[in-house]
Amino acid sequence: MARIDCNHIRHAYGPNPKSDKDYALKEVHQVFEDGGAYALLGPSGCGKTTLLNIISGLLHPSHGQLLFNGKDVTNLSTQERNIAQVFQFPVIYDTMTVYDNLAFPLRNRGVPEADVDRKVRETLDMIDLASWAKKKARGLTADQKQKISLGRGLVRSDVNAILFDEPLTVIDPHMKWVLRSQLKQLHRRFGYTMVYVTHDQTEALTFAERVVVMYEGEIVQIGTPAELFERPRHTFVGYFIGSPGMNVMPVAIEGKTATIGSQRIELPGAPQAVTGPVELGIRPEYVRLGREGMAVKVSKVEDVGRHKVVRASFEGREIAAIIGEDETVPAEPKVRFEPTRINIYADSWRVEMGA
Amino acid sequence: MEKTWNNKAWFLVLPVLVLVAFSAVIPLMTVVNYSVQDTFGNNVFFWAGTEWFEELLHSDRFWEAMVRNLVFSFIILAIEVPLGIFIALNMPKKGWAVPVCLVLMALPLLIPWNVVGTIWQVFGRNDIGLFGYYVNALGIDYNYVQDPIDAWVTVIIMDVWHWTSLVVLLCYAGLVSIPDAFYQAAKIDGASRWAVFRYIQLPKMKRVLLIAVLLRFMDSFMIYTEPFVVTGGGPGNSTTFLSIDLVKTALGQFDLGPAAAMSLVYFLIILLLSWVFYTVMTNYDAER
Repeated sequence: MARIDCNHIRHAYGPNPKSDKDYALKEVHQVFEDGGAYALLGPSGCGKTTLLNIISGLLHPSHGQLLFNGKDVTNLSTQERNIAQVFQFPVIYDTMTVYDNLAFPLRNRGVPEADVDRKVRETLDMIDLASWAKKKARGLTADQKQKISLGRGLVRSDVNAILFDEPLTVIDPHMKWVLRSQLKQLHRRFGYTMVYVTHDQTEALTFAERVVVMYEGEIVQIGTPAELFERPRHTFVGYFIGSPGMNVMPVAIEGKTATIGSQRIELPGAPQAVTGPVELGIRPEYVRLGREGMAVKVSKVEDVGRHKVVRASFEGREIAAIIGEDETVPAEPKVRFEPTRINIYADSWRVEMGA
Repeated sequence: MEKTWNNKAWFLVLPVLVLVAFSAVIPLMTVVNYSVQDTFGNNVFFWAGTEWFEELLHSDRFWEAMVRNLVFSFIILAIEVPLGIFIALNMPKKGWAVPVCLVLMALPLLIPWNVVGTIWQVFGRNDIGLFGYYVNALGIDYNYVQDPIDAWVTVIIMDVWHWTSLVVLLCYAGLVSIPDAFYQAAKIDGASRWAVFRYIQLPKMKRVLLIAVLLRFMDSFMIYTEPFVVTGGGPGNSTTFLSIDLVKTALGQFDLGPAAAMSLVYFLIILLLSWVFYTVMTNYDAER
C-alpha cells in the first residue's frame, strides 16, 4: 500500500499545449493518503480518467511528478509501479479458466507455482468465486468477469493501489449494490489505497471516504460527502451533487443582505472580498415552502417516493424545493431559505461569510 | 382462416430462377450428362454408365494432381497465415499511415488474375525478368521453365505475393476491434509481448482467421489462371494442379466424358471441404 502524491501534474493530449484550453488536466496537486478510499467524481470529459491513467502509468503526464510513498515513479512503467486497475468493461482472458486468469499476473512475474496456488485460492475466496475456479472465464456474467478483473489486482499482495475506472457501468443495478459493498468490505479488511472514478454521485458518495470532484480538468473540491453537500466550494459542485442540484441565482450583496429582484434575503454574515458576478446557492432540501416568506409560483410537483420535489418560479427563475411526502403545497405558496444553509459564490467560487 | 392462393407471386422469383438456371443448374446438368456418356463428336453419344468415374478414381494422373494441389494449398497456407498475422500485428493502428497501408495492402487483390500471372511470368524470366535475372546474377541457378522446383517456388511466391494481403486485412480487422483496455490490463498484469499475442490477440483473431483459412484453402485448391499463365502446368506435369489437369483433359484432349466425371468429383470434394469448415466454424460459435 502506498501514499500517492500528485505533484503539480498537468497533462495535454496534443503535442504543443499553449493555453489552458489545450490541457485535459489543468493542474492537480493532491495527496491520496495510504489506505484511503477516494472517488474521482465529475462529468464525462472532466479529466478524471486522464488522472487515473497518469497514476497507473498508462499515460505519462506533460508536466509534474508522481510519487508513491515519497519515491518518484513518474518515469516508471505500469508494471514497475505495481498497481491494479479495473476498467469500465471487464477485461478477462477468454481462453483461460478463472483460476488461470487470476494466476496470470503472478506467473508473468515468475512467482513459484506453490505460492501462485496459495495466493489464487485466497483471492478466489475473497471475491467469492472459489467454486468457479475450473470454469472457462468467457462463460461468466458481467459482474463475475468484473470480479476477476478486480481479483487479478488483489492477487498481488504488494500492490500499491487499486484503481477503478467506472467499474460498475455494465453491471446490473441489483449487482451494483452487492459489488460495491464487497469493495468496501475488502477496503476495510485489507486497507488498500483505492481510487474510484465515476460520474455517478451515488456511487461516489457511498464508496468513498473522500470525494474529489473534478470539473473541466481541475479539482474543484475534495471533501467528505457531507462537506460536498453542505458547503460546495464551487457552483458546479452544488449543481452536480444532490438530486435535484443546488438552486443558484444571481444576487446583489450589500452588507448582510442579498437582493434578488424585489426580494431581500438576510444572510447570517457579510460575505468577504466579493468580486465578479455574485450568486446565492441554496439546496432544495433547505428551501421551506409555507405561508410565510417570498412569493413563488408553483409549476410542478414531482412525487419521487420518499419526498416531493416542487418546481416553482421565483423572481423569474426556476427553483426547486423538497417537501415531505405528506406535506401539501399551500394555496398561496411562499418560500423561505434557511439562513445558515445559504452559500454565497463570487465568480462561481464560494466566499466565506463574516459575522 | 382461408388462405388466398395467388400463384402470380412466382413471377417475382422468376428472374432469379432463370438466372440461376442459366448460370448454374443447366451447365451442371450438362456436365452430369457428359459424365455418363461417351462421344466421338458429331453429336453422337453412347451410354457409358459409371465407367468414367471408375477410370478416374483408378487414374494415377488424377491422384498425382490431387496430391500436388493439396501440397500446394498446405504450403501457401503455412506461409500466408503466419506472415499475414505478422504483418497485421505490425501495421499502424492510428494516424495517416493507416489508410496508406490499407491501400498498399489492397493493391495486389485488385489485379486481375491473368495479369498477376503475366507479371510473374515476365518477372521470373532469366533473360529479361528483373527477378529471374538478378537471382541468376547472384549465382543461383534459377529457371522456372525447366526446373520443377523453381517452377514451384515461382508459383508459391506469386500466390503469397497475391493473397497474403487478404489474410493481413482480415487479421487487421480482428485486431483493431480489441479495446485498448485489454492492452492496458495486460501491461498492468505484466504480460510479455508473447503473452499478449497468445492470450489477447490470437483469441480475438480466431474467427477472422478461420474465415481467412477457409477462403485461402478454397481459392488455392481451385487455382488455375496464375500457374497456367506462368508455367502452363509444367515443366512436365510438375505444376499441373487439378483445374489445369481438368482443362487439359476437356479442351486439350477433348475427352468430354472423363473431364465431366472429374469436374463432378472435384465439385464434390470442394463441397465436402466447405461443409467441414462451415461445421467447424458454427460449432465454434455455438461453444461461445
